[in-house]
Amino acid sequence: MSHSGWSWTFERVIPSKAGAHRPVVEEILDRLEQEQWPAHDIFSVRMALEEALCNAIKHGNRLDHRKKVAIVCKMATSRLWIKVTDEGCGFCPERVPDPCDPANLERPSGRGIMLMRCYMTRVEYNEAGNVVEMEKERAGSVEPV
Amino acid sequence: MAGHRRVQVSEGGDVTVVRFVDRKILDESNIQELGQELFQLIEEDHRKNLLLNFSSVEFLSSAALGKLITLDKKVKAHRGKLKLSNIRPEIYEVFAITKLNKLFDIKDDEADALAVF
Repeated sequence: MSHSGWSWTFERVIPSKAGAHRPVVEEILDRLEQEQWPAHDIFSVRMALEEALCNAIKHGNRLDHRKKVAIVCKMATSRLWIKVTDEGCGFCPERVPDPCDPANLERPSGRGIMLMRCYMTRVEYNEAGNVVEMEKERAGSVEPV
Repeated sequence: MAGHRRVQVSEGGDVTVVRFVDRKILDESNIQELGQELFQLIEEDHRKNLLLNFSSVEFLSSAALGKLITLDKKVKAHRGKLKLSNIRPEIYEVFAITKLNKLFDIKDDEADALAVF
């Protein structure tokens, strides 16, 4: 994250319980709406947050109530940065089978990371695979050089 | 037939039309319940042909897509047909990104879908 001029910072720690992320998602999306981000950007961020936080709670921390998920979110005029950290063992995103491969098309799982990558401008995992950073550039914005 | 909480079901000839109660299909427990209600239509109520009308759906997560894929398998296993209709553009984009628009038979509206069962 190399950006200055953040106008809003948001940090929460939530339990690894199904649905515990919902107020976090709504609070971030409410902020985007207040700042009049385009509807498609808000849809995109909802998708990425939903998938990243569900993955952290369910697959990362395996719904273990002793483990937490930490969310940090920063917003600037035309950029949103989100970091999600779980306390799980991590994983290797490159080893998740390509859900668009015809051989995998009928697999009921494995689409979350792909959707995150499609809907966000940038998605990066740390080496362990328990931290994901995502950025979204506001549609139509031109970043200052 | 048990009552439904996540879907509304109506009959159109030999096709069962399903509409979704939730505008946003993302809550884990609701998705589980949705899956059970859809699977029940095939496995317990022995309905063969399903049309899922998405007109009320504003958002769905990958977990919901997973249930639809499992439903598609169950419908095929029972030699039935599954079609989807009334999908708004932003939701269709999710199907297109995941290439599931190639797996599912998606029609513009209910009349188009009912005409080709």
